[in-house]
Parts: sequence; structure tokens; C-alpha cells
Amino acid sequence: MRRLTPYLLALPGWMWLAIFLVVPMAAMASVSLQTGNAIDGFAMTFSFSNYGDALSTYSTQLLRSLLYGGLATVAMLLIGYPVAYWIAFRGGRRKSMYLFLLLLPFFVSFVLRTISWNFLLADNGILFGTLKDWGLLPEGFHVLATTFAVVGGLTYNFLPFMILPIYVALERVDPRVVEAAQDLYATRAAAFRRVVLPLSLPGVFAGVLMTFVPATADPVNAQILGGTSNTMIGNIIQTEYLTNLDYPTASALSFTLMAILLVGIFVYAKALGTENVLEAAAR
Amino acid sequence: MNPFMRGMTQPRTRRDVFRLAGASAAGLALAACGVQGQKAAPPKADAVADFWARQKKNGKVVFANWPEYMPEDKGPLEKFKADTGIAYEYKEVIQENAEFFGKADPVLRAGQPLGYDIVVMTNGIQLQHMIALGYAVALDHSKLPNFQANAGEKYKNRAYDPGNKYTVPYTSGVTGIAYNTDYVKDDITSIEALFDPKYKGRVGMMADAQEIANFGMIALGIDPEKSGEADWQKAGEKLKAQRDAGIVRKYYDQSYIDAVSKGDIWLSMAWSGDVFQRQLAGEPVKFVVPAEGGTIWTDNMLIPKGAANPLDALMLMDYLYQPAIAAELDEFIQYVTPVPTVQDLLREKAAKAQGEEKQTLEDMVNSPLMFPSEADYAKLRSYTPLTTQQEQVFNPIFQSITQA
Repeated sequence: MRRLTPYLLALPGWMWLAIFLVVPMAAMASVSLQTGNAIDGFAMTFSFSNYGDALSTYSTQLLRSLLYGGLATVAMLLIGYPVAYWIAFRGGRRKSMYLFLLLLPFFVSFVLRTISWNFLLADNGILFGTLKDWGLLPEGFHVLATTFAVVGGLTYNFLPFMILPIYVALERVDPRVVEAAQDLYATRAAAFRRVVLPLSLPGVFAGVLMTFVPATADPVNAQILGGTSNTMIGNIIQTEYLTNLDYPTASALSFTLMAILLVGIFVYAKALGTENVLEAAAR
Repeated sequence: MNPFMRGMTQPRTRRDVFRLAGASAAGLALAACGVQGQKAAPPKADAVADFWARQKKNGKVVFANWPEYMPEDKGPLEKFKADTGIAYEYKEVIQENAEFFGKADPVLRAGQPLGYDIVVMTNGIQLQHMIALGYAVALDHSKLPNFQANAGEKYKNRAYDPGNKYTVPYTSGVTGIAYNTDYVKDDITSIEALFDPKYKGRVGMMADAQEIANFGMIALGIDPEKSGEADWQKAGEKLKAQRDAGIVRKYYDQSYIDAVSKGDIWLSMAWSGDVFQRQLAGEPVKFVVPAEGGTIWTDNMLIPKGAANPLDALMLMDYLYQPAIAAELDEFIQYVTPVPTVQDLLREKAAKAQGEEKQTLEDMVNSPLMFPSEADYAKLRSYTPLTTQQEQVFNPIFQSITQA
């Protein structure tokens, strides 16, 4: 009995994983290999060609999603790091207020916020309409229905998930370490590059993970802000599932996307040095 | 290290781990059985009669409908309640056919009730699925006297539901072209305007495969209701050329109407009632049925399988076919009513009314989009009826355009 105790204690966790992760994943894996249609039913035929067909039909959208997710992640990093840095080192007593202000817009629903951009960025809306009236922008200028709008929307929507982990990592950097570097004749740039940046890498790692994955799979921004050639893989999966009732294709695409993201993450973790990252994160 | 920690960190008996793996494998095996098909043979006439003979009035009905499809004071439903003593719950939960069906399908497939006694769906692919899968309860026409007496001939016996076996129309509408009069100075009359390079980047098309296919075919002079695969291919090429020339700005869902009225796009495929509501709000939008033709669609009421109050639902369906009730409803929603005498009732009401109200009512009575004449109907086409096999050809042709 004593030997069993730890397993029994871990049982709720295992059950959780089994019911909400293993079973749905197994079901999805199974569906992805079936053939048929929603009316006559689907039967297991171990049709691995579902994957090949889905990939060859939708490779453009899949690659585009990875590109948009990547671009948005880089943009978030470029914007988010300085913000996190400033709050961590220059925020002083008001740190928590700045963090709260940062999160405030995100109390509103995700879809609603994205639709608001549609309103703000309208061709003749409050922003561009005014600039066009002043003659500062050409008449045909527009941002909506472009790649820029979609990547911008992704960047905006996931930004806090980049800033917060970086902030947490930077917040733990002892200012005395930086001082010590400077005492040892490091310039400010060198101290940042050789001391602060490496110490904040676990935060960057977590931030990239928490933004790249959802941004790549997101269907909302492309649908609301995109144009005729900005469809992302999330939109395709949604259409296949809800409109076409083609569950096998939708499942195969979901699995493919998940596999690509997992492999990407492992490669990325390897490149950053997983052990260092895990070690630092565990401290 | 204490035994507890050791247990946590070093699994000493692997058996339990294997057991768990076994359970997971069982889960996998369980999941490996296919998604059940539900294709249902049409119910036998005596089974239908049996079903309805068993039903009793429960004094309650739950009505699931689209937004802006019922006057705000719920007048018709209140009158129903007063006349029959049946309490109603009215829910505006249907925004899109595909999405609604996608959510309802797993519930109905599992044989569970949806929680609604009446749902309203357009005569498209999803409605065909509802019927083919046996998700719609066959109606008892002996309990639909008002429908028999008052529904227009055009609204009985439609191709998608011969003999109104499962559905009766709620209302119809027209898909045509809306344009913003601030930007488009010409009077638009032809469907070719949507393909005109003059409006490059300012044209909105619909994302829905059937809607956009219809317009592609109408532009080529093909009747969608009688179209086949070769026609779809041709329409696909026409629409692809339109997209590749940069004429289309975006493939829209319901949000097209905002984009037209704000001027992001100047002209767009549009649903008639949406545009009228914007006009009433004073926005510079105009609606036209192209000379080559537009499409007419019908939203239909049906009773989903497993509904708790089918008899009450059937009574409400029939009640809405009383001319006075249909008139009250149509005066608010401003689509095409399936009850033609509504036009006379509104004309009488207009004769008695004063000032602005009189003008509004007269406009309605004379609107070809609320009361299409025979000549107007002749211009209006119906959706392509698709079999499951055809759907698997049809959808990719048009989705490869809207979701490139």
C-alpha cells in the first residue's frame, strides 16, 4: 500500500491528463486516418494519404501561418523586451501599476478587441480618414485587408504573453551583478550583452513559446483583418470542421500543425541550450 | 530520502505505469471506432402519424432564431401566448448556418435534445444535412391549416423539401448588390460591376461557397439551380480571375455591411434586409438586384429531433401563418413574407396611417424586395441543390478562391 500511495496521490493529475489530453488526442488521431463523409459516417481505413492530401492542398496556408507567427513573434520580441526591461529596471515603486496598465486592455474579449482595430483602421475612419483629409496620405491608402494588418493584429493580441515572462526573468536579475560587470570595466552595452541578456533568456524562451504557438494557429486575426490572400491554417481547419464537416482533414491538419510546432520548439530549445533554460527557470 | 519522495521520483513498480499505459491504449482503441453515420431513411407515414398522435400540448415552446428577426416587443409571440396559453422562450442564437450546424451536429448525433423546439435554417447545404441525417421531425400537415390556407404557392413544395415534409418557410430574402452612394456615382444595374476593374480593391464578395458560386454562375448566364460540375468550374475560373486581378478586397461574412457603409468597400454582394435596415438608419447605401439576376433564399422553421415540445412548436409555426401575425412580423423584419396577403393588409394599414408612417408603409408595399412581382421572381434564382458527393466537388472549387 505504501508503495502505491504516491501513485494514488498523483491519480487526479493522471486522470486529468488521460481524460482531457490523451483521450481527445487519441480520438483525433483516429479520426485523422478515417475516410467517409458526415452523412454516411466515417470508417477507419488507416488512410495515411489524408495527411498527404491535406498538406498538398493547404501547404501555402500552412507556410503562411508559420511565417506570420514568426514575424509577429519577432515583432513582439522587439517591442516587448524594451518594455519589460524598462518596467523591471526603471519602474520603481509603480512597477505593478505599469503591469496592470499593460494588461488592462486584455480584460476585453479577444474577438472584440480585434474588431475594434477594424473600426480604428477603417479606410476613411477616425485615423486614416483624418490623415487623408489633411492630404498626408494618398486616397487609396489602406491597412486593413493586408498582410501588415494581420501580423500587426497578432502582435498586438499576444504581446502581454511576451512581456510578462521576460519581465519576470529581468525582475530577478540582481542589479549588483550589473554593477559588478561595470566595475570590471564592461561598457553598458557589454554588461547588457554578457550579463543581463543571458540571465533573461529563460524569459525570452518562455515568451516566444507562449506567443509563437497561439499566433501561428490563430484564425481570428486573419478573418477579421485579412484580405483575399491572408488565410491562415486556423481558418482552414475551422472551415473543414464546421462548414465541410470533413473531420479527417481537419484532424490531419491539426496534427500536422502540432507536429511542426513541437519539432520547432525542440530545435529552438536545443539551440538555446535547454538545460541552461530549464535550470534557470527552476531557480 | 524518505519512501514517499522515492516513490515520486523513482518509480519502483513499473506495473502501475504499464497499467496506465494500458488504459490509454484502451482509450485509443475506443476512439478508433469510426464516427457513426446517421443517414436516415424517410420515416413511414404511419410512424409519423403515431408520433404526432402521442404528442400533447405542454404549454411551453423554445424558439431559436437569427438576430433581428422578431419585433423588439415580441408582438407575434405575445399574441400567441395570449391566444393559446403557451409560454415561449425566444433565443437569438443562430448567426450562421455552418456554425450552428457544426455545433448542433454532435449533440443530435449523440441522440441528445438540442434544447430548442423550433430552429430556423436557410435552404442551403446545412439544411440538406439536417434532413438527410434525420435531424428534422416530419411535420403533421393536418395541424398546419393556416399554412395550407395562407402560404403562397411559391413557398409550398420547394425543391429542397418537397411537400414541406420537414420545414415551413419563415421568411425569404434576396442576395443582390449593395453600394455606397458616396463613392459610387453611377447607378449600378449589372452584376458586371462586381467584376469591373474600375472598382479595383473596392469590391466585397461573400465567403460562403454557395453565395459566391451563385454570383459567379449568374454572371456567366448559368442558372445555379440547374448547374453541374462543368458550370462550377467555369464560375470558379471567373471568380479566380476577379480575385487575381485585385478587384476583390476581401471575402466577407456578415461584416460586409459595415464595410460598405463605412466606405472600406464601395460595392458588395449583399442581403436585402440588411441594406434596408441601414437605409432606415440614414446610411448612404443602396440595394439592387442585378439585371442578370440575383438569388432568393428562404429561412425555414423546423422541429429538431428530440425536441421537448413538438406539438406546441407546430402550433406556433402555424400561428405565424395567420395573415395579421405575418403582417406584424414582416413590417419589422422587411424581408419577403411567405404569406402574400400581407401586402393587402399593409396597404390597408397605409391607407389609414398618417404622415411619415404612411410613407414608410407605402414604400414597403411597393418594394419589389418585400413583395416581388412575377417579373422580379423571374430574375431570382435558387441555390444549387447538392448531394453529399457533389458537395465534395463543389466546396473545394469555391473555397480555394475564398480561402487562398
